[in-house]
Amino acid sequence: MNIFSLFRRSSAPVARERLQILLAHERIERNQPDLLGVLREEILAVISRHVHFEPDKVRIEVDRGKSMSTLVVDIEIPNSEQISGIAPPYTPLKLDPGPGESGPAMDQQVA
Amino acid sequence: MSEEKKARVLVVTSGKGGVGKTTSTAALGAALAHNGDNVVVIDFDVGLRNLDLVLGAERRVVFDLINVIHGVAKLPQALIRDKRVENLQLLAASQTRDKDALTEEGVAKVIDELRPKFDWIICDSPAGIERGATLAMRHADAAIIVTNPEVSSVRDADRIIGLLDSKTEKAERGERVDKHLLITRFDPWRAQRGEMLAIEDVLEILSVPLLGIIPESEEVLRASNVGSPVTLNSAQSAPARAYFDAVRRLKGEQVPMNVHTESRGLLNKLFGRKAAA
Repeated sequence: MNIFSLFRRSSAPVARERLQILLAHERIERNQPDLLGVLREEILAVISRHVHFEPDKVRIEVDRGKSMSTLVVDIEIPNSEQISGIAPPYTPLKLDPGPGESGPAMDQQVA
Repeated sequence: MSEEKKARVLVVTSGKGGVGKTTSTAALGAALAHNGDNVVVIDFDVGLRNLDLVLGAERRVVFDLINVIHGVAKLPQALIRDKRVENLQLLAASQTRDKDALTEEGVAKVIDELRPKFDWIICDSPAGIERGATLAMRHADAAIIVTNPEVSSVRDADRIIGLLDSKTEKAERGERVDKHLLITRFDPWRAQRGEMLAIEDVLEILSVPLLGIIPESEEVLRASNVGSPVTLNSAQSAPARAYFDAVRRLKGEQVPMNVHTESRGLLNKLFGRKAAA
């Protein structure tokens, strides 16, 4: 806490500082219950009305910077897809596809 | 039954395991009872019950909390009266592995039935932030957050504070659960040398009012070895005096916040522990 502890290379001030930084972050996250989850669901719902994509080829992240943060939405779209024009039939969005078996519906629609 | 008397419901919680929830539940419950209040302590750690062991009642458990909830036993049958302090009673947890055995309605019913009969209902929470922990805090009027002056324990305490502010009945009604911080296993010498978080550090980080400082002491282990709360087993020891102070603060008394210590000198060991003042 003071000059004395600096000389002794005491570890308590380190603990204190690490906790203060960590908890400041965790408290912010706690107060926005699963913001990313909600964003993901709503963004994907909108896009899937127009474009088909594999739900597991989607990456949504928030990069927290000092003065601003960036929301990154990265969706891999197969080349055979038409982005404009008539939208293909809407398929309900599966956010959590079962192991391996989420493909068939999409393949059929491409054909 | 229809008396106006209403127990204060306390939850002893921490997030992290092994910081002294059960020890503190037993010590505080026994101290409150010793001072004349009617106390029931409830073990919410289904599957890993230990409060019975710390209280030395492990061989007297016939029915437990789950039995009461499932209607196998009536509440009075499941309450175990302490042999040393008669106004202290225990409702043990069950050893079942079925975590869902504890239901929200069942817990609510038990608490409602206990409320008119006691001054204090102390719920010993399991570690973690899962169902057992949230059920233990569900009906609390006040929470005692137990933490060691150590990073992981303080961090988990912070998460538990978040839960107390969101998952309790009081929080859902827009009220606040009274929160009290109990710092256990504190070593004033190590804190002074900067090897351990100081009391002020923990208080500043968690911003919860301090209920007590329980010093690290061999008396705590000694008491649990023989199945007796430290406040009964060695009432003059430093941790016991710290728990008695905490109990007085719980009842609204102003008690100066001392770190109780036992002299470590050889003479003291030879001439008993009453020398510490």
